[in-house]
Amino acid sequence: MTSPTRVRTPYRAPAPLGGRPSNRRALPARALLFMLPALVVLLAFVFWPMASALRLSFTNASGFGIEEWVGFDNYAKIFTDHRILATLGNTALYTSMFTPTALIVALALALLLNNRLLVARGFFRTALFLPFIISLAVAAFAWTYLLDPQVGLLTYWLRTVGVQIGNVLQDPILAMPTVVAVAIWKNFGFYMVVFIAGLQEIPESLYEAAKIDGAGPWRRFTNVTLPQLGNTLAFVVVFAMIAALQAFDQIYVMTGGGPYRSTQSVVMELYQDGFKKLDLGLASALSYVLLAATLLLSLIQFRFFGRREKDTL
Amino acid sequence: MTVTMTTDPAGRRRPGRTARRWLLAAAVLALTAMVLLPVAIIVFTAFKPTAEINAFPPTLVPASWTLENFTRIFTDLPFARLFLNSFLFAGGVTLFALTFDSLAAYALARLDFRGNRLLLIAIVASLMIPFQATLIPVYQLVAQLGWVNTFAGLIIPRAADAFGIFFLRQFFVSLPRDLDNAARIDGAGEFRVFRSIILPNAVPALLTLAIFTFVNNWNDLLWPLVFTTTPDMGTITSGLTLLTGPSGIIPYGTMMAGCLIAVLPLAVMFLIMQRRFIESVATTGLK
Repeated sequence: MTSPTRVRTPYRAPAPLGGRPSNRRALPARALLFMLPALVVLLAFVFWPMASALRLSFTNASGFGIEEWVGFDNYAKIFTDHRILATLGNTALYTSMFTPTALIVALALALLLNNRLLVARGFFRTALFLPFIISLAVAAFAWTYLLDPQVGLLTYWLRTVGVQIGNVLQDPILAMPTVVAVAIWKNFGFYMVVFIAGLQEIPESLYEAAKIDGAGPWRRFTNVTLPQLGNTLAFVVVFAMIAALQAFDQIYVMTGGGPYRSTQSVVMELYQDGFKKLDLGLASALSYVLLAATLLLSLIQFRFFGRREKDTL
Repeated sequence: MTVTMTTDPAGRRRPGRTARRWLLAAAVLALTAMVLLPVAIIVFTAFKPTAEINAFPPTLVPASWTLENFTRIFTDLPFARLFLNSFLFAGGVTLFALTFDSLAAYALARLDFRGNRLLLIAIVASLMIPFQATLIPVYQLVAQLGWVNTFAGLIIPRAADAFGIFFLRQFFVSLPRDLDNAARIDGAGEFRVFRSIILPNAVPALLTLAIFTFVNNWNDLLWPLVFTTTPDMGTITSGLTLLTGPSGIIPYGTMMAGCLIAVLPLAVMFLIMQRRFIESVATTGLK
């Protein structure tokens, strides 16, 4: 630090405004030193495992040392075995229930909270955001209690107004909407806040212009709000879909995949195959199916955000 | 602002405006109450005696308050240990990830070296990999290292995070370059620039990332479920799942007391820093 050879870091001309980094010829070795800890972790626990999972997905590895190359058998099984195929269907169903509902709830509440007529908007924003910080597992415990067929408060209240819901978590038809509802309850606050931020970016003058042209509230919503929210909407849709593809916590806690595997999701299956049945090959193939789906959605996101990403990278 | 809102352009007070205000507030209040019902059930049930929890008809607010659920959660589970584990796990990941991420982000944002762009692209690309997709090989590696049921196994695989690197890099790029150039003229080395110039100026970004990392790991279920096999090494979320008996009977009082303790640190953090919390979410959607 105090050596006289300090000239080794000489002054470099500042980059032109918004330009490239200023110390152009910084030694790769020094940069590498800064990158090293993160690179080691990412290489060991993200990039290498990705390659490893791909290899495993073509084997019948069981974790006990014996593994044979089985080609596309695992993938073939995923797309022919009706039990596993059903988990793909369940995940698709889950995603198609979760995404639009979470979106509509979040957008409706964002619009309500953005209404200037509403008092204490800050308080409501905070209160409605609260579920987001609660873990999905804890939320699932609370909902399980509320929906308990004997002592559940919600079950009881619904019964007093004449709605018999029975044991929703043991009902092959109602179990899935229930775990979806818990995920929506936990996550809508996140999407709502993102929507509020998007809404606040819309210039007031657009609404005034629309009003002068005689547009009613619904016209103003479809012709000003929705198009102006474009990017935000795309972000939330893709974000919500990716979250839905990875559904696990609430299913693990509330139904364990049942009844009759009606709530069995891809990640639930991956966990059971990989860590309970030790069928590492099949679980790895499943993880690549999940990866492919996520990648597809991310590419869609990149198409929406393409220009912006290029600006910042 | 309220004055201009309650009067129309002609300056007259609009009749019915106040009524609409109240109606709107009442509607949103009712919605909020519905949304917060599960939170209320956790809080109230945690203080309810068992007899009341099993009584019919069920009630929301306890008639008599008790602490028995809180004492029971500490005897039914190694709960103090679970709490400590959660804290060390989430805190450890946050500490490591923030250090490693900010170092890497500094290199990517401020040092121009061969391969800079390529590394950045690789890191951004890895954001699309769901962690479940690498779970099995990561587990195998952790097992080979003998790290199952250790804090190393829980923490080290998450000690750097592509999102954190990218997020901080974006923030570092936006800091004025004159700051570090001035320091370099004064003879500061790169690490000195990083530590004394960049980090102090990036406190808001670091804090945002710290909140996100801590909350996500504190709340995580799948990760501790996979990397710990003994109740002693579990976290609160994974530990609570042990309360569900094989018959499916759940001791709700104990469970809700555990849930309340699990939520409490985050709730306190949230109430203190709610503005930053909410702003950080808003910026993830826009940036």
